[in-house]
Amino acid sequence: MAVKFEQTGDGAYSLDVRGYSCPHPQMYTKKALQKMASGDVLTLLFDNPSSGESIIAMCDTDGNELFERKESGGSFTWLIRKV
Amino acid sequence: MSKEHVLQAKPMGLAGLAQGNVKAVSVIIAVVVLGSVGALSVDTRFVYLLVYAWFGIIYGLLLQYGRFCMASAVRDLFAVGVPRMAVGMLIAVCLFSLTAATVQATGFSTFGPHPLGWHVIVGGLIFGFGMVFTGGCASGSLYKAGEGNVGSMLVVFAISFSQAIIVAAGGWLDALVPAGWTASAAAKDMPAELSVTQGWFDQFTAGYIWDLKGSTVAADLGMDGTVAGAFLANALLSAIVPSLVLLVLLYRRYFRRSYLRREHIATPTLRSDLHGMWAMVTSSKSTALAGAGLGIFAGMQMWITGALREHYGIFNFGELLSAMGYENGLSLQGTVFDPGYWYITTQEAQWGGWILNQLGVNNMDNIFFGLDNGLPNPLLNAPGFMSIGIILGAAVMAHMRREFKWKLPSLETAMFALIGGTLMGIGARIGMGCNIGAFFATVTNGDLSGWVFLAGMVGGGWLGVKVFNTWLEWRASRSGEFDL
Repeated sequence: MAVKFEQTGDGAYSLDVRGYSCPHPQMYTKKALQKMASGDVLTLLFDNPSSGESIIAMCDTDGNELFERKESGGSFTWLIRKV
Repeated sequence: MSKEHVLQAKPMGLAGLAQGNVKAVSVIIAVVVLGSVGALSVDTRFVYLLVYAWFGIIYGLLLQYGRFCMASAVRDLFAVGVPRMAVGMLIAVCLFSLTAATVQATGFSTFGPHPLGWHVIVGGLIFGFGMVFTGGCASGSLYKAGEGNVGSMLVVFAISFSQAIIVAAGGWLDALVPAGWTASAAAKDMPAELSVTQGWFDQFTAGYIWDLKGSTVAADLGMDGTVAGAFLANALLSAIVPSLVLLVLLYRRYFRRSYLRREHIATPTLRSDLHGMWAMVTSSKSTALAGAGLGIFAGMQMWITGALREHYGIFNFGELLSAMGYENGLSLQGTVFDPGYWYITTQEAQWGGWILNQLGVNNMDNIFFGLDNGLPNPLLNAPGFMSIGIILGAAVMAHMRREFKWKLPSLETAMFALIGGTLMGIGARIGMGCNIGAFFATVTNGDLSGWVFLAGMVGGGWLGVKVFNTWLEWRASRSGEFDL
């Protein structure tokens, strides 16, 4: 179980922090978004619900667009477009 | 992927709760109902213990609903610049101070102020530092355990045993105790079986803590025991005014700029700032709702427990246990730990202490267990059932929202859980509580020592985030999987 951050296509990245509890998911998400360019999309996978709340607030503050939220069996897949 | 469903990007509301795992929820509710009926059929006086359990369940439901992770109140400010949980916590403080004042006015308050000294800030610092690594505070770890997070269960384990060991430890630690504490402890005329001049924690307690004073704002202003003292001094001055000041500071530092940008406000006025403050408070509705609910129920618990004490003519659950024929594990004074309000760490210390005691460790010769809190069987540990209730309540809510998932920790998370949990346990004993017992329950009852604990916790949290960031960078540079 390790953090996986990879480029999955043109302007598309994926970050998998499943299995990690606070504060790992939000801190890795912040670092991942910093690595990306404006308009790039991050597919974020995590399973620690309270991190989601922080990530929503982070997106609000920075203006990044959280445009899709899926949930399946306690795992979350969120799509974030960097402003 | 048939089970997958897409949620709108908006705060998750109560809608959809019914779609959860009905079977798991039913099993937990059945266990609680049968357990309650069983306990009451043995002796109706167990209602005193059950009140703790039931309020624990309510706290667990609310904590999970609001993702009320108080560790992130401090940590996420520094780690990711998010004030959500700090705001939620301050809402809870304001509400609880009002319900607590109502309870004080009715004369049923179970609260006693904490002695104020350097130990409060040191304890807060150690607790806050450890909390960054465990991913949750003491209550947070319980509710996350209810979400199926095994790492959080390790945190609870570490908090339990580190406290149990630290309060009974002697040996080389005794050499660090100032001579003044030893002399002062020796002068206290304590029963010989407590051996108060042995063991650093006993000397810390009898030789240092007992020489300090604790107070409430109402008592300081000579308004103790009055309705005005409860509401104006203990609620308004001790809790609400400092909370509002902190909310303004949080807004200015973490919210204002992005709010003004989002709302396209070029020239801010007082009016736009007030709207911005409100936007910050309501930005996470579930957090705000949970905070309000926790504040109200925390007061209700204090009131109901106070009323039950009045009803049974007791000051402490130990008297009731004794009357029911359970003498084992009572302290020398015939008492057990029984705060009457939301508290977490001491009962967890008792779990660890009880297990060690069963394994043959003599830890009833210290003040913490032997004189103050006792070591009751976990089945008779009333506040212990509040902690178990938090796990169960959170499990119910997590199942209802389909967020329950067994999560096994990686070696890294497990290590952080054990080391961070141990530090939290040590910090909680030195600071006399966690973010609940030493902060939330104190400032809301007029005891300013909680703000000192919070200051320590903020300092520890800041330092913890620095160290944590360094760790992440180092780890990423080694693994190559996350090229930072």
